[in-house]
Order: sequence, then structure tokens, then C-alpha cells
Amino acid sequence: MSTLSLKDLNKIPVRLASGHRLCAGCAESIIARQILMGTEKDVVVTCATGCFEVSTTIFPYTSWNVPYIHTAFGNGAAGCAGVESAYQSLRRQGKITKDIKFVTFAGDGATYDIGLQALSGAMERGHHMLYVCLNNEAYMNTGIQRSSATGMGASTTTSCAGSVCYGKKEYSKDMTKIVAMHGVPYVAQAAPHAWRDMITKAHKAFECGGPSFINALSPCPRGWRFQPEDSINISKLAVDTCVWPLYEIENGTDYTLSPESLKIAEGKVEKKPITEWIASQGRYKHLMNERWEPVVEEMQEKLDARWDYLLKLCKL
Amino acid sequence: MTPAKHSDIAINGDCAVALAWRQIDPDVCAAYPITPQTIIVEKFAEYIANGEVKTEFVCVESEHSALTLCVTACSAGARTFTATASQGMAYMWEVLPIAASMRVPIIMAVANRAVSGPININNDHGDVMSARDTGWMSLFAENVQQAYDLSIIAPRIAEHHEVQLPCLMNLDGFILTHAIERMTPLDTHAVKKFVGEFKPLYPLLDVEHPVSHNLMDGPLFYFPHKYQTVKAMDKALEVTKQVFKEFQQISGREYNLVEEYMCDDASCIAIVLGSSFGTMKEAVDQLRREGMHVGVAMPRLYRPWPISDLAKVMKGKKSVIVMDRHLSIGSYGPMFPEVVAAALENEGEMPKMYNYIYGLGGADTMVSDFVSVYKDVKEGKAKRINYLGVRE
Ligand SMILES: Cc1ncc(C[n+]2csc(CCOP(=O)(O)OP(=O)(O)O)c2C)c(N)n1
Ligand code: SF4
Repeated sequence: MSTLSLKDLNKIPVRLASGHRLCAGCAESIIARQILMGTEKDVVVTCATGCFEVSTTIFPYTSWNVPYIHTAFGNGAAGCAGVESAYQSLRRQGKITKDIKFVTFAGDGATYDIGLQALSGAMERGHHMLYVCLNNEAYMNTGIQRSSATGMGASTTTSCAGSVCYGKKEYSKDMTKIVAMHGVPYVAQAAPHAWRDMITKAHKAFECGGPSFINALSPCPRGWRFQPEDSINISKLAVDTCVWPLYEIENGTDYTLSPESLKIAEGKVEKKPITEWIASQGRYKHLMNERWEPVVEEMQEKLDARWDYLLKLCKL
Repeated sequence: MTPAKHSDIAINGDCAVALAWRQIDPDVCAAYPITPQTIIVEKFAEYIANGEVKTEFVCVESEHSALTLCVTACSAGARTFTATASQGMAYMWEVLPIAASMRVPIIMAVANRAVSGPININNDHGDVMSARDTGWMSLFAENVQQAYDLSIIAPRIAEHHEVQLPCLMNLDGFILTHAIERMTPLDTHAVKKFVGEFKPLYPLLDVEHPVSHNLMDGPLFYFPHKYQTVKAMDKALEVTKQVFKEFQQISGREYNLVEEYMCDDASCIAIVLGSSFGTMKEAVDQLRREGMHVGVAMPRLYRPWPISDLAKVMKGKKSVIVMDRHLSIGSYGPMFPEVVAAALENEGEMPKMYNYIYGLGGADTMVSDFVSVYKDVKEGKAKRINYLGVRE
């Protein structure tokens, strides 16, 4: 995997077929394909309820060329843990000899909120599985409601911006670090524009020999209010503004900034202001108003503080 | 075949279930504690600790995950067991119908217990009744021996390829889970032979033949898919009968879709589930000595509901008393309308039907209470719905 080239990646069979029904420009399928390129071994996919699940499995069709299972919304991790437990048992009994990998995909609602308990349980128990959060920062499948991953100031259908309110009042939960605190071997933040980084991280996660977690930012044209063709640019902007730094955490304590974020930390690339992030999406548009200037200033301060804290953790 | 001889043991219901599981040796077991089921998973943990089973024993963080884990492990191709009660089953509820529609033959022991609120840890059937419409089969044990036997029988029915449904094995909390009774176990070899290998259909871990499980249905498919479960449930009645017969051959113990006691010549019979069947048999004995023609019957399963066998036992009776150990607040007890509906099979011959709600939250029900039920009916003192011994 060290010589990751597009030519080699092309040889990996397509595991998630085209023709699914995600919105045009949705990053979820891009991320899933990148993640699944992280292993050449057999892989079983599990899913929590959400955009990704409903769009890829509308009976009598399925987009999955690999074994796939879904049960409900709050139990993505438990579902994956179940398949992995069966695997451990059958392998021990000699009924299965193959090396099979397990991955679950779940939205941020399914991860940060309703599924947090199941995720924490699965991580604590040490199942050999990769949990990928398709983080579009809201409950999209039910129509763009706020989740605890939604950014402060964003207007959603349950944290609406209006004449007296600027949108979501709370900052997002730092799920990546919460999972890392379980002491699992591999945790990372990734974004789909940085495909090489994403695939490398997926490979590390699959091979880490225990539970792993990748929090993947998943720009959502529908919920974030931008044009479908801009998904990848938005993904890049999230990293350039440090809204979504790319990094990995090994064994719960060893923090490493990934190349793109490292360049910003080293001053080789300029850190863009949050106003660019805000201006790029309809969900923040209302903030570009004199009235909410103090809110935007506070957002920038918080962002800077989080970035500084991350640099400290990375010993930079 | 002559039944193998085994020395009897003294054992409580929970340990009897754990013993059956040890002999079956399932591939995966999900465990989460709740009284009065806890002893099952504790005992099983001992077997694990001593290397007596090869099971992957997963101590999950909640019942929601316990059942989820069972569903996906079973879909993956593993024989899977778990146990719960009361709030645990309530917490699992979201996954109950999913398990049934995914046609995974999970076996779940339910140490029947009242559901909050008010909080109460004692026995009634509030938990299992909440699972009524979810597509799970539901077997009831009358005593410890039956809890053991049915734990061995259940996988045979559930895993039959034309059934493929999850199954609840109910034993009354404390009354059976904690009471030590005399029991005759089978030898492990006989159990293993009877239960056989687990042969899953379309297992997920068959990576050469990838399948997608539990897809999203539109209106065009949801109803037909549900209907397939209906057909499987219908088939389960027939399969159950067959498995009971086979079990009799190895154990000498007879099981029926509806168990009867003194029903043949009775003019009044009661219908009851679980351990109360034994207590009611005592009441019947007593009343028979007084010259009353009474009997009692127990449907061995609540799902599938053995309609024609129930109709048969009610045929020609003057009155039928339905004993419900659960409330459907604002209506009859949950079993009552179902017994009435079964009686409709005997065209034009409806007996007088009475409903008794009894024993909620562990309220003691003695032989004398059941005696009074039959007597009240005979003396015309019973109403349509009666609350046995409740203080107002
Ligand atoms: C117990 C339960 N509550 C609510 C729902 C409704 N529901 C389905 S998908 C969904 C939102 C999914 O959001 P997220 O996990 O962020 O994934 P996304 O669709 O945004 O990718 C909700 C609330 C449900 N299916 N189950
Ligand atoms: S709503 Fe957003 S996350 Fe859902 S499919 Fe559309 S673009 Fe993707």
C-alpha cells in the first residue's frame, strides 16, 4: 500500500456499484469506495440506517457486490460486532479459513447520537472492525435536522436561523477524540478530496489488529446548500480552514497530523479564515450579516483554540 | 428406540437452560444481565471459563446490542442464543420484528417478568406478550424439566429451513428460574445428535456468494415479505409437532401443541400458560374429588397459536375460562380474544367464555385461588373480565 497508485487501485474490484440513489454530488459513496479500496481482502459491510443505507439497498436492487447487512439506526457497531463474533467463532472452529475484514458505515446521527453507546461498547470489547462515520454534520435522511456533529451557527430544520436566532447554538461534539480515548489501536479523521490519505488510513485501520474508527467528513450538497459539483472543493476548504483537520491517533495517545494539515501547521500553506467556509454554503449564509458578526468571531476563536489544542496533542 | 437412562439432578430453571446450551454448544452467545435471567448467562460464563464450550461469548453493553449482535451473527452463519426478561425485552423491542423478518433462527430464553412501571422484578407475562406481533415463535415451559427440554427442542423448530424464525423459550421468573426441581437431563451426545449441525441459508460469511440482507422495501414488497413470514409461522406448527415426536423418541417425554389435563369429560375448562398449568392441575384434582367436571389446558406455544388444537379441546364444553397473566389495559387480557377466536372454529358451539387476569407482578396464586375461579364460574358469580384477588 505504500506505493498507492491509481493504476493499482483500478485493479481492486468494484465493491459498491454505480446506480445507487444518493443525491448527485453526495460524498458518501465516494468515501465508501475509498475506504473499501483500503483492503484487498474479502470484506463484509454493515450499515446503520441513514442516507447511505436507504440509497444503496432499495429492494429488489442492491448496490453491494460484497456481503452487506443492515438492521437498524442506533446499532451499526453492534451489527458489525455480531458478524465479527460469528467470524471469530467459526474461524476458531476451523469452519472458515479466510482472512475477512469488517466495516460499518454510519452517519453522524447514527454515530454521535443514537449509536454512541453501541459504538463505545464495540470499541471497548475489541472487535476487529472498522467503523466509518459518514459525517455530513446532520440527520440528512430525515430532512436535515441538527445532530451533535452539526457545526455551531448552521441552520438546520431543527436549529433554524430566524429573526432572533442564528442557527445551531452549540459546537459540535469531538467524536474522533472520544473514540480515541477508548484506547483503540487506530482512529483518524479523513476527507474525500484527500483520497490517497483516506485510502492509506483505511488500510491502516483494516490492518491495525483491533477496533478502528475513521471519521470522514462527507459534504452534502442537499443539506449544506451548495452545488453538487462542488463537493470535493468544499471538502478541501474544510481542511484549509482547519474546520476539519486531518490527523490520526494510534493507541489512543499518539497524534499525527496528516500531510495537508501538517503543511498548514508548518506555515507552508496559509490557514484560510472561517468566513470562506461560511460563504461557501447556504446553511451558514445568514451569518454573513453584520448582526451576526460577533457570532462569526466567536466561531473563529473556538476554531483556533481547537486547532491549537490539536497541535499540542500532535506535539507541534 | 429406547430412551437413554440418566440419573436425575436437582437444578433450577436458569441452570437447566444453561445446561441445555452447554450441551448444544452454540457458536455465539450475547449476554446482558437482567433478573431473573442473570443466572443463565452467569452459568454459561462458567462453562466458557472452563473451556467446556466453543461459543464466542459476547458481553454486550445493552440488550439492544445483544439482540442486534444475535441477528447479524446468525445471518453471518452462527448458531446464536441469548436471554432476557422484562425491561431487557422492552429495550430490544426495535430489533424483535427485524429478527423475524430477517428469518434468523435465534433462540432467546425469556425469564418472564413484569414490565415497569411500577418497577417490579417478579413474574408475569408482560414481557413476552409485548413480543406477540413481532414474528417470533414463543414456547412456554411449565416446569424446570420443560425449560430444559424446550431449550433443546427450540433450535430444531427454528432452524427448519421452511420455518427459519427466531424463537422465545419462556420460563416463569423465579417460579421456574430460581426454584430447584428434580430433572432428568439427556446425555450430551444425544442432545448434539438431536439438534444437529446448524445449516444457515445464505450466510453473510460466504464471501464467494455475496448477498445483501435486510434491504429497504417499498409498499410493493413490504406486505408480500411479511406474508412470507406468515407462511413460515404456519409451517412452524406442523414442524413443531414433528420435532415433539422425535424428541419423545430420545427422551420418552411427550409434548403437544396443546397440553390437556382432564379435559375429555369436563364441562368447564381453563386455558393457562406456563407454570400455572401445574398449579391448576392441582385445583382440578381437588375439584374432581368434589365431583366437579373440570379440566385445564395449556397451549404449548403462544406463537404460532395452535388454533385448531385449541378449538378441539373446547369442543362441546359449557364454559371456558381464559387465564391471563398480563393486562391489555382498556380491553380483555391478551389471550382472551385469541381463545374466543379459536372457539369460533367450532361453528355454532360457542361456550360461555370468562376472562381472569391473575398473578401480575408476582402476586401469589395458590391452588385455592384457582379452585375459587372454577367455583365462581359454576355459581354464576364470574363476570366477563375478572381480576383475581386484587385489592381495590
Ligand atoms: C430509532 C430510530 N429513530 C429515528 C429514526 C429515523 N431516522 C432514520 S435515518 C435518520 C437520520 C440519519 O442521520 P445520520 O445518521 O446523520 O445519517 P445521514 O442520513 O445524514 O447520512 C433518522 C433520524 C430511525 N430510523 N430509528
Ligand atoms: S441528502 Fe446529503 S447525504 Fe443524503 S444522499 Fe443527499 S447529498 Fe448525500
